Amino acid sequence: MVPLLIGITLISFIVIHLAPGEPTDLQTQLNPEASAELQQRLRAHYGLDKPLPEQYFNWLGRLARLDFGQSFHQDHRPVLDKILERMPITILINVLSIGLILLVAIPIGIFSATHRNSMFDRATTVFVFVGFAMPSFWLALLLMDYLGVRLGWFPIAGLKSLGFEYLGLGGQILDLASHLVLPVFVSAFGGLAGFSRYMRSNMLEVIHQDYILTARAKGLSERVVILRHALRNALLPVITILGLSVPGLIGGSVIFETIFAIPGMGKLFYDGVMMRDYPLIMGVLVIGAILTLVGNLLADIGYAVADPRIRKAD
Amino acid sequence: MRLSVILPLFLLVFLCGCQQDNATPVPSASNVADEGSLAPVHGDTILQGAIGDASNLLPVLAADSASSDINGLVYNGLVRYDKNLEVEGDLAESWEISPDNLTFTFHLRRGISWHDGQPFTSADALFTYQLYIDPKTPTAYAERYRQVARAEAPDPYTFVVHYDQPLAPALISWSIPIHPKHLLEGVDVTKSPLSRSPIGTGPYRFVEWKAGEKIVLESNKDYYEGEPFIRRVVYRIIPDQATMFLELQSGGIDHMGLNPIQFSTQTATPNFRRNFNKFRYPAFAYTYLGYNQRRPMFQDKRVRQALTHAINKQELVDGVLLGLGQEANGPYKPGTWPFNETVKRYPHDPQKAKKLLADAGWEDHDGDGILDKDGKPLAFTIVTNQGNEQRIKCGEILQQRFREIGVVVKLRVIEWASFLKEFINPGDFDATILGWTVPSDPDSYNVWHSSKTGVGQLNFINFKNPEVDELLEKGRRTLDQAKRKQYYDRFQEILAEEQPYTFLYVPDSLPVVAKRFHGIEEAPSGIMHNFIKWYVPKGQQKYLR
Repeated sequence: MVPLLIGITLISFIVIHLAPGEPTDLQTQLNPEASAELQQRLRAHYGLDKPLPEQYFNWLGRLARLDFGQSFHQDHRPVLDKILERMPITILINVLSIGLILLVAIPIGIFSATHRNSMFDRATTVFVFVGFAMPSFWLALLLMDYLGVRLGWFPIAGLKSLGFEYLGLGGQILDLASHLVLPVFVSAFGGLAGFSRYMRSNMLEVIHQDYILTARAKGLSERVVILRHALRNALLPVITILGLSVPGLIGGSVIFETIFAIPGMGKLFYDGVMMRDYPLIMGVLVIGAILTLVGNLLADIGYAVADPRIRKAD
Repeated sequence: MRLSVILPLFLLVFLCGCQQDNATPVPSASNVADEGSLAPVHGDTILQGAIGDASNLLPVLAADSASSDINGLVYNGLVRYDKNLEVEGDLAESWEISPDNLTFTFHLRRGISWHDGQPFTSADALFTYQLYIDPKTPTAYAERYRQVARAEAPDPYTFVVHYDQPLAPALISWSIPIHPKHLLEGVDVTKSPLSRSPIGTGPYRFVEWKAGEKIVLESNKDYYEGEPFIRRVVYRIIPDQATMFLELQSGGIDHMGLNPIQFSTQTATPNFRRNFNKFRYPAFAYTYLGYNQRRPMFQDKRVRQALTHAINKQELVDGVLLGLGQEANGPYKPGTWPFNETVKRYPHDPQKAKKLLADAGWEDHDGDGILDKDGKPLAFTIVTNQGNEQRIKCGEILQQRFREIGVVVKLRVIEWASFLKEFINPGDFDATILGWTVPSDPDSYNVWHSSKTGVGQLNFINFKNPEVDELLEKGRRTLDQAKRKQYYDRFQEILAEEQPYTFLYVPDSLPVVAKRFHGIEEAPSGIMHNFIKWYVPKGQQKYLR
């Protein structure tokens, strides 16, 4: 895994340095007060005047000591602080949204499969695809305008109300929850389609297997056949997909975070790229790479645990 | 990330900060709870909408507008602009300029203390100067202070600076926020905790900063001009303009800048009028089409004049700004002292444009509807940056107008960092649509002088005119405003004749403030100049703690 990780960092490093523009350009450019000499000084300050390989090895050396370096952004804060401060909210929203997706998509998938080509199946198919096709920013703005401004049911943006500090614990949880309703709903809505269709096709495949026929022949009720015998097998591949979504937990969506004014990872990374904040970009990429590798490993282990054939193949 | 793309800097940081009007007497804080009364009282919170988070609350390190808005409330300079854009004292009570215009002596106010209780003295001013010119400080503002030959603090309330040559913008350059020496001396500024929790002398003291979410300030009870009426200022960071507008309507924000569509159509409801006050005044900015004079076709001024004649500026104002702006004819803001009203104008006149081009040798010889000369068609590309819708719309309208006189124009929109690196810095473009913010001091040496045409410098269109060079040099070395006016009037005449840029339009600033805030006064500098005098009458206060 370590060579793979180094490979990932090397490629990332090269790619971000291929993009034209440097962080110092953005801080001094079109500013009548800044001289060329100042720009040189800033480049030296950030170590950008050294040859690229040297910059890379310096960075790698610091990383080995778990030092992600200081951001090139004008706040000059340690990269790790900036990432850790934004990670919890991103993970919270992603976990809630995956939870919501599973909660809704699994029943829809099962029901669509068992009642194939029924009105319900067709209606949900249309519904989830509308959700898939609809631009999330547009849906978000509509919901904010209707539920937030007109009806006043939910807060529009942000995570906490003003005066959050003065609320009791219950009040704080309620406040946070009401702020999370719209963002979680909007981010889950787009993901429903994929999951429910996936669940539906898995289920369809499973209920045509011989062991389901056997279960029915034993005289089990349809409920037990579907929920105990079929569902378990149909869920296996879904668990694999969950393993693969581990790195996605820390990745946020720029559009979505921008609209809801949520300070998450997506916007942090996007702003970092726009400012050519190399240490920050590399920091986010390294953490993402580690999580991807861990996710893959978990998925492999999960497969082996769930399916004896894979264990025996070795 | 629309924020960082909004304006190339010509930063006038402290103008938008908190400036006060000394003429208004300070009413004493009355505790009489008179429900219907509109008397100024202390209390309440204002929620300001901000598109981007601040970067750094140590002014020496920050270059973005969000940081400077907040720093303007937390720090003071020695001097500042008043509401009419005249220089007035801030931390300096008065100042003297020596007859040779080389020495400035500032007499500082006594009894001012930092937010942590330490006294403010001239040592802080001297330290601030040393901090700005220290090669170890990564600041974008060092240049102006390096022109200082010597600075000294002969006693705790006197600060003296000497220059080798007279410099017109020297006085206002001392509006830089003064940094606290006792907290920063001998420290690596980039690692100072003050960049996340500043300590200044200003009307508001820092309370908390939740990155990407909000910044909270609280009124400074010991402020030298009296405690501001509004007790708390909360900057809420809402990166999307549409969301911010929804927040405004639902009461989650009290003050923001509108865009033209929001101003003209979306705020026309009775409900909106009942709850908000809208303001409209020209912004300190203009948008232009700059012709790269390294390109042979743009070296003939008749071509540049013809293109200006082909443009209908009013159409741009109407189409791009929905009428919320005005035509621009030069680099200064209409209504300010350097502005020259009498320069040559170029009305929309396609026939005249064609004639000028014909005089320059550009005619449709091969009958394909496109002008050509020596077998080459008159075609060029306009580049502009991604993220600024107005500039892109402008480009599309210009494309159409230029086509009418037989000029083919392509429009390319490029991400900001690449745009600077690949096109503007090396001077490798035909024409560009960009904007400048207009400084209150007319010194434009860095943008128009022929010595500033190098890689990465601001005269990237390569405009070279010996008379302009001379005028700009004289203008910045003279402190007499009447004389400077003569130089800059002539400078504007030359620009009008030469048309190195087609000056397109000056947009309007369109701020909106919740109606419960009283005492707002529109002035040439905008509405923020008397922010510490804004108040909410007792009965209308919304946030009690």
